[in-house]
Amino acid sequence: MTEPLVTTSSQTVGPFFAIGLPWEDGPFVVPAGTPGAFHIAGRMVDGTGEPVPDALIETWQADPDGRFDHPDDPRGAVSSGFRGFGRCATDVNGRFEFLTLKPGALPGQAPHVDVSVFCRGMLRRLVTRIYFPDSDNSADPVLALVDSEFRHTLIASVAPFGYRFDICLQGQDETVFFDV
Amino acid sequence: MRLPTYRRDEESQPPVHWPDYVSNPGRAPKRPLVLMPQRLTEITGPLLGAERVGQHDNDLTVQHVGEPQGQRIVVTGRVLDGDGRPIPDTLLEIWQANASGRYHHNGDRHPAPLDPNFSGVGRCMTDAAGRYTFTTIQPGAYPWRNHHNAWRPAHIHFSLFGQAFTQRLITQMYFPGDPLFGQDPIFNSVRDPKARESMIASFDLDATVPEWALAYSWDIVLRGKNPTPLENEEDEDDD
Ligand SMILES: [Fe+3]
Repeated sequence: MTEPLVTTSSQTVGPFFAIGLPWEDGPFVVPAGTPGAFHIAGRMVDGTGEPVPDALIETWQADPDGRFDHPDDPRGAVSSGFRGFGRCATDVNGRFEFLTLKPGALPGQAPHVDVSVFCRGMLRRLVTRIYFPDSDNSADPVLALVDSEFRHTLIASVAPFGYRFDICLQGQDETVFFDV
Repeated sequence: MRLPTYRRDEESQPPVHWPDYVSNPGRAPKRPLVLMPQRLTEITGPLLGAERVGQHDNDLTVQHVGEPQGQRIVVTGRVLDGDGRPIPDTLLEIWQANASGRYHHNGDRHPAPLDPNFSGVGRCMTDAAGRYTFTTIQPGAYPWRNHHNAWRPAHIHFSLFGQAFTQRLITQMYFPGDPLFGQDPIFNSVRDPKARESMIASFDLDATVPEWALAYSWDIVLRGKNPTPLENEEDEDDD
């Protein structure tokens, strides 16, 4: 095998990505009016509890049957048309929200949403996961990797609009971030 | 289930903690990242974008009534994975300052002129061979108060999806010979010299358009796959 190429380095998204990255339909993993759709919404704060107003949050998840519309899914491709992807910039109060459907369970894993966090101040992406409080998460292998003391930071709470999930970059409730 | 997985290349990436960048210490998580083996969610990812690219999105010089100020440039290259395989049909999104070093953004208070004919935003899809081309304006350097007399070297911000969640990348392309590299903590956050230099485009005389535009070429490498799908933990989980 020839020498692998050097992976291009990550650099900060910077403070001005809002001119180019947010999409009008970014927060809509599913279109408005989709039966069963709910919001996952939350707030992102820094080490002093101040809102982070210049972050970009992205989500990636399976459809309600636990399938991905992707050729590398070894169970065979499906074409449900389910986008699975969401993108939302935080507002001045650090708030973000997505309209989506609950992902199905995956083989051996509880329903979850993968999350990417980009912001001024970070040179690389932070990755976390959202789990659901009304699912059986007891046998999930990724949650099992996390110290039980911090596991709660990955589990959304039930809210009138769907689920609430806050992201704390630092502090007592610092969200668990993963290296994938 | 046997899944393809993506190689880690930690060497080439900046650290989570980099205090020379003054907004980093208040935001970088304090606890170590938890190493997560890749599973289905990480080895798949959004394959989208063609429907988002408008007619003039890859030419930032024709998006307004008049022509923008500055040196016209063509930026072209390929998107590859770590094994040299081209990544076709993937969305690239770029944004940048204008020729004076000012972003078309309310938060940018640098007292340099805005250009009514330049938004500084572009999009395109790679072709079947992984190629992309943008036509734009050479961005200016800008001051940013990180330390005394701090200036960002000229750069274009790039965002890429690749084909998997694991390959997602947001980076910056720099220009050769920039005298500002030495004092820039963002560029220098990449400690491996080879990786650092790979963020710098090359001047490309062949791609230069006579009587019209200079050209730079820059290849972007997203994470490659592990040579053979490893026995995935998913198997163990199913036992
Ligand atoms: Fe910038």
